[in-house]
Amino acid sequence: MAVEIQPEKAREPGGREPGGPRPARPWWMRPAVHTGLIGAVLGYLVGHWLGNFLAGGYSQVANSGQNDMAIVLGYLLGTVGWLAGLGVFNDLLRAMAGRPVRTVEEEEAAAAGGLARYFRYSLDHKVVGLQYLVGMIAYFLTGGLFAMAIRTELLSPTYHTLNANAYLMVVGEHGTMMIMMMSSIILGPFGNYFVPIMIGSKRVAFPRIEALSFWITPAAFIVLLSGVLFGGFPTGWTGYAPLSIQATQGQDAYAVAFGLMGLSLILAGFNIIATIICCRAPGMRWSRLPIFVWSMFTTALLMVLAAPVLVGGMYMLITDRTVQTAFFTEDLGGSNYLYENLFWFFGHPEVYILALPGFGIVSEILPVFCRKPLFGYRVAAAGMIGVAILSFFVWQHHLFMSGINPDMRPLYMLTTELISIPTGFIFLVAMGTFWKAKIRFTVPMLFALGFYFNFLIGGITGVFLSDVPADTTEHGTFFSMAHFHYTIMGGLIFAFMAGVYYWLPKMMGIKLNETLGKIHFWTMFIFFNSTFLPLFAVGLLGQPRRVFEYARNLQPLNDWVSISAFLLGGSILIFLINFVWSTVIAREREEGNPWRSRGLEWQVPSPPPPGNFRYVPVVLSDPYEYGVKDAPPVADLDPPVGVVAAAYAGTEAEA
Amino acid sequence: MTAESAPAPAAPAGAAEPRHGLRIFLIWLVLSAIVDPIIWFVWGPHLPPGAMSDTAASQQVDITVMAVMSAPVILFVLIYFIYALITWRQKPGDEEDGPPIHGNARISATWIIGTAVIVLGLFVYGTVELIVPAGAGAGEGNTPIWRPSGGTPLQVQVIAQQWRFTYRYPQFGGFETTDLVLPVGREVQFNVTSLDVIHSFWAIQLAVKADANPQLNNVAYTKTLHTGSFTVRCSELCGLWHGAMFDTGRVLSVAGFQAWATRTEAQLAALTRQLPPYALTYDANSVKQLGKAFHQAGLFGAGGNYYGSQYPVSP
Amino acid sequence: MSLPVRVATLLVAFVAVVGGAVFVVVHYLLGGPPVEDFTVGHVAGQPVNIVMQTDASSSPTAVPDHPTWVSYFIKNPQTGAWVHTTLFKVPANTRVNMTILGYDGSTPIRNQVWGHVTGTIGGVAYYGGKPVTTVNGWNGPYLIQHTFAIPSIGLNVPVEAGPGTCLNGPCTSNAHSTTTFSFMTPSHSGVFRWQCFIPCGLSFLYGNGGPMSTIGYMGGNMEVVG
Repeated sequence: MAVEIQPEKAREPGGREPGGPRPARPWWMRPAVHTGLIGAVLGYLVGHWLGNFLAGGYSQVANSGQNDMAIVLGYLLGTVGWLAGLGVFNDLLRAMAGRPVRTVEEEEAAAAGGLARYFRYSLDHKVVGLQYLVGMIAYFLTGGLFAMAIRTELLSPTYHTLNANAYLMVVGEHGTMMIMMMSSIILGPFGNYFVPIMIGSKRVAFPRIEALSFWITPAAFIVLLSGVLFGGFPTGWTGYAPLSIQATQGQDAYAVAFGLMGLSLILAGFNIIATIICCRAPGMRWSRLPIFVWSMFTTALLMVLAAPVLVGGMYMLITDRTVQTAFFTEDLGGSNYLYENLFWFFGHPEVYILALPGFGIVSEILPVFCRKPLFGYRVAAAGMIGVAILSFFVWQHHLFMSGINPDMRPLYMLTTELISIPTGFIFLVAMGTFWKAKIRFTVPMLFALGFYFNFLIGGITGVFLSDVPADTTEHGTFFSMAHFHYTIMGGLIFAFMAGVYYWLPKMMGIKLNETLGKIHFWTMFIFFNSTFLPLFAVGLLGQPRRVFEYARNLQPLNDWVSISAFLLGGSILIFLINFVWSTVIAREREEGNPWRSRGLEWQVPSPPPPGNFRYVPVVLSDPYEYGVKDAPPVADLDPPVGVVAAAYAGTEAEA
Repeated sequence: MTAESAPAPAAPAGAAEPRHGLRIFLIWLVLSAIVDPIIWFVWGPHLPPGAMSDTAASQQVDITVMAVMSAPVILFVLIYFIYALITWRQKPGDEEDGPPIHGNARISATWIIGTAVIVLGLFVYGTVELIVPAGAGAGEGNTPIWRPSGGTPLQVQVIAQQWRFTYRYPQFGGFETTDLVLPVGREVQFNVTSLDVIHSFWAIQLAVKADANPQLNNVAYTKTLHTGSFTVRCSELCGLWHGAMFDTGRVLSVAGFQAWATRTEAQLAALTRQLPPYALTYDANSVKQLGKAFHQAGLFGAGGNYYGSQYPVSP
Repeated sequence: MSLPVRVATLLVAFVAVVGGAVFVVVHYLLGGPPVEDFTVGHVAGQPVNIVMQTDASSSPTAVPDHPTWVSYFIKNPQTGAWVHTTLFKVPANTRVNMTILGYDGSTPIRNQVWGHVTGTIGGVAYYGGKPVTTVNGWNGPYLIQHTFAIPSIGLNVPVEAGPGTCLNGPCTSNAHSTTTFSFMTPSHSGVFRWQCFIPCGLSFLYGNGGPMSTIGYMGGNMEVVG
C-alpha cells in the first residue's frame, strides 16, 4: 500500500503562504504608540540603572549629588526602547532572519482608512506627512506657551513673576523647542507628503528612514520637556560651554534632545535627497521641478551636511559632562572656542534650513494666485542653491565679539553680505510674478504676502548685523533677537501657515474655514509686527538677550511688546481653533482643485489614493504654464502602454 | 540704488497701457528723497549708541549710513508690492490667466548686479569703519591688529566672574575695584578676561563689547569723548544671575579721574597686596596662593573639584 | 468616528493638555522657596534683625531636593524656626542687623576682592565680636566659608570660616562661627539679588554650579517694600 505523500508546497519561514496575507492581529497587539511607551519606560529604567552602575562611584557624582551618566543613558536607551516598541527594528530583524519584510504597497492596501495607522510606524509617506503635521503643530504650541511665560516675566524689570531659575529654564526651553523642532516644520509635513507626488512618484526612496525620522521627534520633544523636571538648563538654546558643563541635570535633557533631533534631520534629509534624485517620473527634468521641490532639495542637503556637526558637538558636551573629558575646558587644554565654532558651524546652516523651505512655499504659491508663470524660475532655483552653498561660509558672524582672530572678520563680513544676494532673488521672483498678474487674495496668498513683508525686514536687519562695527552694539541684544524672529517666525511660520491653508484640502480632503483664516491672518500679522518691531529699538537702547532685569526706561516698550505677544498668542489660538474645528468637528469636504492650480499634486484626488497615481505619470511641462495658449496639462496621468518605457529611454539621455 | 525702468512687455497696440514701471520709479524716488534726509539729519544724531566715545560716534554714523542705504531698498520693495497688489488685483468675474512672462534676463541681471554693488559697497564701508576707530570697540582677541596710534592707552582690565565685573588698573598699582571710572579724552584699552564661564563686557554708551573667556585675554579699544555715566551689562548668558549682572561706569574729567585713582589706590593698598600679581589671565591652578589654599582645603581642579584631585596634569 | 465620539475625544484631549500646562506652570514655574517677611509688625525707625545660617549639607527632611548641597537657612522672625529659603522681604530705608551663623568649614575664595568688607555701616563686619575689614581667604589666620553680597547696594561681607562643619542642617547645637554686620536698605522699593562669591558648588565646574546657581541655596532675593 503506497503512502500518499502530499507534495511539499513551498512555504516561507514562519508558516506564511508565499504572497499570502499576513495574519491579522488585534490593534493592541500590533506595535504602535502604546507598545512604544512601554519600550520607552523599560529602556529608561535599564539605562538609568546602567548609568548608576557605571558612574555611581565617581567622586564628581557623589559630591554633586547628580549622576549625569544615568540620565543620559536613560534617555538614550529610553529612545531606543521607544523605537523598538514602535516596531522600527522589526523589518531589520526580519531581514536578518531571512523572513519577508513589509512592503509599502502592502501597507497602503491594508490600511483602508481609520485613525489607527497614524499611531503606528507607517511606511506610507502620506501618513508620515500627516503625523509630522500634527506633531509639529503640537511642538510649536508648546514652545509658544514658554514664550508667553517669558513675556509675562518681562512685563516688569523689578517685579518678578518667575524667579531667576524659572526664567532661565523657560528661555532655554522656548528657544530650544522652537529651533530644534521647527527645523522640520515644512520638510516634515509638506516635504514628505508632497515631494513624491510633485515629482510623479508613487513612494519615497526610503520609507522606513522617513518614518524613523518622524518617530524620533516625539522622543526628542519629551526628553526636552523633561528638563523642566530638573529645573531646566541655564544656557539658552546655544548651550555654550563651559556654562553647559557647569549646569545641573537639565542640561543633559538639552544635549540628548538636540542630538536626537539632529539625527532626525539627517535621516529626513537623506531620504528627500534620494527621492528627488532617483524617483522622478519620466519627463520630470530638473528644469521642470516645482520650485518647492528645489527648496526641499537644498534644505535636505543642508540638513545632511550640517546636522552631523551638531550631533558631534552634543556628543562632546555629553562626554565632558559625564566622563570627565575636557574638550571645552581651557584649564586642561581644551577650548571654549571649540564649542562655539562647532555649534555655529551647524547653527548657521540651521537657520537656512529654517529659511529655505519658506522660500519654496511662497514661490510655489505665488504663481497659483497670480495666474502667471513664476518669474525667473532659474533665478529662484539658483538663489536657493547659492544660499545653501554660502551658508557654510558665514558662521563666524555669530562670533564677531568673542575674541576670535580679528583678521577673519572682514572675510566673514564679506561672505555674510554676499549671502544676501541670493536671498534677494526671492523678492525679484515675487515682484516679477506680480507684474501684470491677476492677484487673488485667498488665505494662503495673504500669508505668503505676510512672509515677504516680514522677511524683508528680517533680511535687511540681517545686513545691519553683518556689519561688524554696528554688530558691536547689536550683538547679543534684542536687536539680533528681533532679526531672527522676523526671519524665522515672520518668515518660516507664516510660510507654514500658508502651506497649511493651501495644502490641507489636498492632504485631508477638508477645507479650513476661510473667514476664521482671514481673521487669523490679520491678527497674526498685525500683532506679530507690533510685538517684534519695537524690539529692534529695545535692543539698540541697551537690553541684552535673556535678561530678567532691564533698564527702567525700557519698561513701556517692553510692556507694549508683552501685551502684543499675548495677543499674538491669541491669534495662534484662533488658528488652532480653526484647525481643530475644521478637521475634527465640521469636516466640510473639499474635493478637486479649489485653487485651480496646475501643480501635479492637484491633479490627483484629495486625499491622494494609495500609490498616489494609478499609473506612473509622464510629465509634460512644468507647473507654472499659466496664461500660455494651448499649454499641455502638467502631466499625462494615463499614458498609453509603451510610452513610459519610451519616455525612460528619452530621459536617460537628458537628466 | 539702480533705477528700475519698465521692461518691454508686449503692450497691445493702440491700448493706453499706463507706464507702471515709470510710476513706481517716480513714487519711489519721491519717497526716498523725503525719507533719506529725515533719517540722516533728524534721526541719525539721536540714534544709539550715542556719541560718548569715538567708537560710539562711529557706530552711530554706521547705523545711520546703513539705515540711509536700506530705506530706499525697503521702500522700493514695499511700493512695488503695494502698487502691484492694488493695480493687478483680480477683477471680480475675471477668470483669465495673466500674461505668460517667464522671465526677463535684463531685469534679472540688473537686479543681481544692483544688489551685488550695494552689498559689496557696504562690505568696503564696514571694513573701513572696522579698522579706523581701532577695531570699532569689538573685542579683538589677545593679539589685536587694529590698535590706536600714538601714546599709551589707559589699561583697564575687566575681570568677569559669576556674576559681577571687577576692574583692575595695572598702571595704578594693580588695585581691583567694582567701580569702573575712566578719564575723558583718553584712549582706553580694555583687557577682558573671565574667571569661570563665558561672559561679555558691554559698555553700552561707550559702544565696547568684548566676550570674556576663561584663561584668555580679549582686547578692545575706545577713546572717551564726553563725561557722564554709562551702563555696563553682561551680554553673554552666564548663568543664574546673568540678568542682574550690570553696573554703572563713570567718565570723569582728567583731574577727577586722577584724584579717584590715587585715592582708591591708597584705600585699597592692603587688599591689593593680597591679590595675585596683575596678569592678563588668571588660572585657578597657577595663581600660587590660590593653589596653596585649594591644597589646604583638599580641593583641586578648576576651582570646584570637578576634575578630581589628580588634575591639572600637563596635557 | 461619529461626531459625538469626536467631540468627546477632543474635550478629553483639551482638558488633559490644559491641565498639564497649568500643572507645569504652578508647580515648576511659579513654585519656589517661601519669602521670609520682616516687614510684618515693623515700626518705622526701628532696625530689623535677621539671623541666617550656612550649612555644609542638610538633612533630607529639611531639604528633600538636594540634601548634599551647601545651603543658607533663614530664621523665621515670628516662629523662630529655621526655614530653607533665601528670599526675604524688608522695609525700605531701614537699618538691618544681620547675623550669620557659619556651620560650614572653609573654601578658598576665587577672587580675593570679595574678602574685603564693603557697604556695611561702619565699613566693618564683626567676627565673634571682633571688627574685620579684610579677610585673606588664602592665608590664615581667618579663612572664609561663604560671602553674603548684595551687589546693587555695594554690600559684600565674607562669612568667617567655621571651626567644624555641620552636615545635617539646619543646625542648632554644633560649633559655629558668628558674623554680624549692619547695612541700610535702599530708599526705593525693588528686588535686589544677593549671592555668595565663593565657588562652593562642589564637583561643579568652576564651583559655581549646583547650589550656587539655584535659588534657595546660595543665592536669593532681598525684596524691599515701602
